[in-house]
Amino acid sequence: MDATADRMAVKVAAPPAELEREPLVLKHRSLAWVSDTVAGIAEGKTPTWWWAAFVPSFLGMLMCFLMIGYLFSTGIGVWGLNNPVGWAWDITNFVFWIGIGHAGTLISAVLFLLRQKWRTSINRSAEAMTLFAVVCAMIFPAIHVGRVWLAWWLFPLPNSNGIWPQFRSPLLWDVFAVSTYGTVSLLFWYVGLIPDLATMRDRAKSAVRKFCYGFFALGWTGSNRHWRNYEKAYLLLAGLSTPLVLSVHSIVSFDFAVSQVPGWHTTIFPPYFVAGAIFSGFGMVLTLLIPLRTLCKLEDVITVRHVELMGKVILATGSIVGYAYGMEFFIAWYGGNPYELYAFKNRAFGPYWWAYWTMISCNVISPQLFWFKKIRTNIVAVFILSIFVNIGMWFERFVIIVTSLHRDYLPSNWGYFKPTIVDILTFVGSFGLFLTLFLLFIRFLPLIAISEVKGVTPLADPHHPLGGSKGGHH
Amino acid sequence: MSAATSRTYGILAEFETPADVMHAAEQVRDAGYKKWDVHTPFPVHGMDQAMGLKNSVVGYFTFVGGATGLTLGMSMIWFMNKFDYAIVVGGKPLFSPLYAFPVSYELTILLGAFATLFGMFALNRLPRLHHPLLKHPRFRGATHDKFYIVIECVDSNYSGVETKALLEKAGGKHIEMVEE
Repeated sequence: MDATADRMAVKVAAPPAELEREPLVLKHRSLAWVSDTVAGIAEGKTPTWWWAAFVPSFLGMLMCFLMIGYLFSTGIGVWGLNNPVGWAWDITNFVFWIGIGHAGTLISAVLFLLRQKWRTSINRSAEAMTLFAVVCAMIFPAIHVGRVWLAWWLFPLPNSNGIWPQFRSPLLWDVFAVSTYGTVSLLFWYVGLIPDLATMRDRAKSAVRKFCYGFFALGWTGSNRHWRNYEKAYLLLAGLSTPLVLSVHSIVSFDFAVSQVPGWHTTIFPPYFVAGAIFSGFGMVLTLLIPLRTLCKLEDVITVRHVELMGKVILATGSIVGYAYGMEFFIAWYGGNPYELYAFKNRAFGPYWWAYWTMISCNVISPQLFWFKKIRTNIVAVFILSIFVNIGMWFERFVIIVTSLHRDYLPSNWGYFKPTIVDILTFVGSFGLFLTLFLLFIRFLPLIAISEVKGVTPLADPHHPLGGSKGGHH
Repeated sequence: MSAATSRTYGILAEFETPADVMHAAEQVRDAGYKKWDVHTPFPVHGMDQAMGLKNSVVGYFTFVGGATGLTLGMSMIWFMNKFDYAIVVGGKPLFSPLYAFPVSYELTILLGAFATLFGMFALNRLPRLHHPLLKHPRFRGATHDKFYIVIECVDSNYSGVETKALLEKAGGKHIEMVEE
């Protein structure tokens, strides 16, 4: 640190105070501090809070598996599904979880292409969140097919009937979109991890840790000849992930929009679903990271500025979602289709009015509080609002799916969906699965991209006095 | 310090800051060395120029992977839904690039991503779990907060005395030999 302090004494022409930005890593921390702090979380004794969070999550995961086992052994009748509501919590949960994943890719890929350096403190954990959310999301469509042992018919594999999947169906597009999304997210996450796994390898004390981190670090030496290809590959993966993330939720929305059901058959769905997905994902990132930054003492890396910026993204995407809700109503009236208009009136004032207004309050009204800087910078307020976002976005999918199905064309077909205890426990249990995976990630892998955070500090800039520049040009 | 032997991989010099290592790299580049490298805990911007390196060619792998994915998707769907087992749905054409697009698009990205990753590994000759540098006790700083220049003994310009003098002049500390 002494050397750093000496170099700080070098006078440079500072920008005017109003143009200065709050640094991304506070308190002029050294490069060594970044690796010690972040890697330290995955080393040493397991903290008590970790066990307190892990045990209930693990039990929740077991409950989820138990419910799925019951479903397999008994049949889809254990859920509340029946005519006319053939999709309910299963697909709601699927869209909910896949949407959450989108914030991770947005942070890691889109913000990377936009050169938003603040992403470096949150991209690793957000990408991990994406992966685990995709795992949770994939469960629901897989188990809702009824005869799960035939789920492999979804894939283009030769079978004894000599028949192939039908590629005109958006449901099949979904299979490809979600599995590609899961795979590419994993590759992108792993590429980002390689230099940090090398850091973990070089710090490891036990032979087992040295072997495991070393194996996955692939012999990374931080060579600049390697960094050159690595950075290009990272940029390309970001460039591939950006259209991917936009396509995934567009294709998820095609599951509905390509059908003829009033309330589903609308062209606004793809952009509206993508905005909603980013909105919900940022909500979940904040729900996870706000407690984590305190528990892991990361306030200097995940700063209030980071939280505030995420609040702004929530405000922007929440407003897009609110606009889409309004536009759907307008088009339902303007389009002159009585079934369409009825579907929307029924959403807001029919038997599921409570779900609709929960959605509006959580997704449209409460995020408007983020206009105020006082609220965006108040960690407790942001945490509470982020939970509202999660609740609201689950209800959005429930409203779209169930209210559109429960009253279609013929009143003799109408019904009212109620979930069973199995529906509820499977969904609650999926949070157990998600948190179990996330907690294991925190315990064994660096939850902040160490090399990337180092790279955005002034210490890493060869043209900055803190990076060793003597002021001359070379 | 021992002199270079046939079992010596190269000479290692340590630097404290990215600016120091970058200025040193410029001097090594200008001295005409070919088999040498800079090791840093994060990518240092401007280092490619300082080392005299050209743009990475990973993009070609991505393009070939992506083009393969698109072709594979389109031809798979044509084969399955038109040629091998024609499935008539709603009187629509048996094959159209429009309905085949979403799946082909996903496969473009999927194969493009795999090609990018494996292309990067191939260009970097990774994985390589046993590297002489990884056995060197000082080298651990390369993933922490130190910066290194390594000049390999097999470089045609390498000479025990002159190379060491160059690194010393460039500001390198703890100049040591790395054993194979």
